Amino acid sequence: MGALNINDISMRFELPDGSHVQALQNVSLNLKKGELLSVLGPSGCGKSTLLNIVAGFLAPTQGVIELAGKPVTGPSAERGMVFQKGALFEWMSVRQNVEFGPRMKGMPETERNTIVENLLDTVGLRDFKEKAVYELSGGMQQRVALARCLANDPDVILMDEPLGALDALTREKMQGLVLDLWKKTGKTIILITHSVDEALLLGERLLVMAPRPGRIFKEYRLPFADRAVGEDLRVVKEDPTFNDTKKEILEMIWEMEEEIMGGDK
Amino acid sequence: MSGLLVLFIYVALFIGAYLAVKAIRSSMAKTTDFTSLKTVTFGDESAVTADRAASIISVAAIFLVWGAFTGSNYAPIHMPGPFKGYTEFTYVSQNPAGETSQATVNVLVHDFGADVDAPEATESTGFAQGDTATVAAWRSVLIRAARNDGEGVVVTQVEGQDISPGETVKVPNGKVTMTTKGSLNFSPYAGMQMESIWLPSPEAVTHRFQEILHEGYRGIVLLEHIRWSLYRVFAGFIFGSLVGIPLGYAMGLSGWARGWFDPIVEFMRPVPPLALIPLVIIWFGIGESGKIVLLFLAALWVMIIAARAGVSGVNIAKVQAAYALGASKAQVLRYVIVPNSLPEIFTGARVSMGVCWGTVVAAEMLAGEKGLGAMINTASKFQLTDIVIMGIIIIGVIGFGIDVLMRKLESYLVPWKGKS
Ligand SMILES: Nc1ncnc2c1ncn2[C@@H]1O[C@H](COP(=O)(O)OP(=O)(O)OP(=O)(O)O)[C@@H](O)[C@H]1O
Ligand SMILES: [Mg+2]
Repeated sequence: MGALNINDISMRFELPDGSHVQALQNVSLNLKKGELLSVLGPSGCGKSTLLNIVAGFLAPTQGVIELAGKPVTGPSAERGMVFQKGALFEWMSVRQNVEFGPRMKGMPETERNTIVENLLDTVGLRDFKEKAVYELSGGMQQRVALARCLANDPDVILMDEPLGALDALTREKMQGLVLDLWKKTGKTIILITHSVDEALLLGERLLVMAPRPGRIFKEYRLPFADRAVGEDLRVVKEDPTFNDTKKEILEMIWEMEEEIMGGDK
Repeated sequence: MSGLLVLFIYVALFIGAYLAVKAIRSSMAKTTDFTSLKTVTFGDESAVTADRAASIISVAAIFLVWGAFTGSNYAPIHMPGPFKGYTEFTYVSQNPAGETSQATVNVLVHDFGADVDAPEATESTGFAQGDTATVAAWRSVLIRAARNDGEGVVVTQVEGQDISPGETVKVPNGKVTMTTKGSLNFSPYAGMQMESIWLPSPEAVTHRFQEILHEGYRGIVLLEHIRWSLYRVFAGFIFGSLVGIPLGYAMGLSGWARGWFDPIVEFMRPVPPLALIPLVIIWFGIGESGKIVLLFLAALWVMIIAARAGVSGVNIAKVQAAYALGASKAQVLRYVIVPNSLPEIFTGARVSMGVCWGTVVAAEMLAGEKGLGAMINTASKFQLTDIVIMGIIIIGVIGFGIDVLMRKLESYLVPWKGKS
C-alpha cells in the first residue's frame, strides 16, 4: 500500500510551429512507500515534466500513474510539492503559510496550531512564527516550504530542485534537514537536483535521465542516505565508493551534454 | 521680453544658490558618509539623491520671483514698478499761418479703478493751450492736444523732438506716439511688474483664499467646492473599481472573457476621458450623473487593466502549490489570486485616482457651478486671476495629497509589494 507506480509514461509537446518535443518516452518506475528517489540529468531531459505529471499538473500523452492503486488525474493533497522558490505566499505570515493545507481542509484552529508548532520546531523556525515570509533568508524560506508541505501530511513529496537557489553552506545544512525529515516521517520522496553530491547523499535510489527523448538512462541503489542520517555529511562524502559513483555519473552526464552540444551544431 | 528676463533671473538663482550652498558647505565640517567617499559619482545613479537644500531654495525662489514681479510685500526686492503720480510733457503746435506755440500736457497716472480728478492745466502764452489727462497705470490715454489750440492747428513736436504720425517720442515717465489722425497717445512707464489681472501678488492670492474660505465665491465656500470635487472623484472611482476589478479578474481567469472584452478595453483605453465629455453630456446631461459617469469611465479601464495584470502576474508556482496543498478553485481564487493581485490593483488605483482628479476639474470647467474646476472657470470669466491661481494651487495640493494617501495606504495594506 502507498506505493507510487509510474507506468509507461510518454509526454510529447506539440509546438506551435508544427514540430514537437518528446519530453518523455516510455518512462516506468515503481516507488515503495518511504523510498527517497533522487533524479539527475542534463538540462531539458524531462525531469520537471515527469514531476509535474506525478503532481497532476500535466496529463501525460500516454501511460498512467497510480498512487496506492488510484490513478492520478489532477493535483491533490496526497502529493505535496516543494518548489525551488517563489511558491510561498508573501501575504501570509510563516504560521499562515504552514497551516495553509490543513486550513483549506477546514481543520479547526487549535489542531492546526499544534501542527504548526511541531513543524516549526522541527525546521528550527519557532521564533519566526509570526514573521512575514519575505523577511526570511532564502534557506529559512525553503524550510517554511518544507514545513508547509509536511503540514498537509502527504503520502508523496515531490521536490524540484528545492535547494537549488541556496548557497553551498546553507544547502549542506538543508540536505541534513531533508534527510532527518525523511527518516522521521517515512514519506515517499522524489527529489530532482542538479548536484551529483546531493543526489548521491540523499537518494536511496538514484535515477539518471537522458534527453531526446527524455528517458531513464541508468538507476542506482545507494547506501549513503541511510548512513548519512544524523551523521556529518562530509564524512560520508569521503567514502571511496561515493567518489567513484560520483565520477561515473558526472562522466555520463558530460557525455550527454556533449552530445547535445554537438547535435545542435 | 519680460518672459526672457524671468527665465534669466531664474537660471541665475539656480546657479547662484548652488554656488552659495556649496561655499557654505565646504566651510563646514566634512561628512564622511558612504556617498561622499565615492570617487565615481557622475553616472552613478545611486550617488544622486535630491538635495533638500535645493528643494527648499527652489520653492523660495518661485515665491521670490513671483513676489518681485508683482510688487508683493512678502518679497524683499522688487522689479521696478509702473509709474504713478503727476507727470507732464510739452508739445509744439503749428497753425495754418506757420506760427508755432508751445504748451504743456499734465497727466495723472493712477491705480486702476481709482476715482481721480484731472490735474490743473498749465497756463500758456501762445495760441497753444495746455491739456490734461488721467490714465491708469499700465494703460494709455489718447490726448487731442491740438483740439483746443485753434482751427487747423497740428502738433509738430513733443518734448522738443519732431514728431509725425506713427512716430514715438520718449517723454518723462512714459512715451508718446502720434496716431494717424495726429492725436497723441501717452503710455506711462509700465515698469517690469505684472499687472494683477495677469498675475496677482502672493498676498492677493492668500487674501482671496481667506475670503473664499470664510465667505465663499458666489455663495459657495471653498470647502464646499473641494467636497464636491472629491465626492465626484470618489464616486467615479468606486463605481469604476466595482465594475472594473471583477471584469479584470474575469479577463485574467477566462479565455472567453478575455477575448470578449479585449477589443473593447484595448480600444477604450487610449481614448482620453476628456474626449468622452461631449458624448456623456449628450447622453446624461451636464448634471451630477453625467460627471460621475465620465469619472466612472475614466477609472474603469485603468482598473480593468490593473486587475487583469494582477491575475496574469501570479507566479504559476504559487497556484500549483496551493492546488497541491488541497485548495479548491474558489480557495485558490480567494487565498492566492486575489491577494497576489492587490499590489497591481493598488498601483491601478493610484493611477486612476490621478486620472479622475484631472478629469473632474476639466468636467467641472465645462459645466456646473460647484467644484474647484467650476470655481476657477467662473472666476476666469471675470478676470479674477487670484481665484484662478488659488484654485490651481489647491488642485495641485489635493492631487498630491491623494497620491501620498494612496501610497501610505498601499504600504500599510500590501506590505509585500515588490517582495516576491
Ligand atoms: N510547456 C511546454 N511546451 C513545450 N515544450 C516544453 C514544455 N515544457 C517543457 N518542454 C520541453 O520539454 C523538455 C523537457 O523539459 P523539462 O523542463 O522537463 O526539463 P528539465 O529536465 O526539468 O530541465 P532543467 O534541468 O533545465 O529544469 C525540454 O526540451 C522543454 O523544452
Ligand atoms: Mg526542471
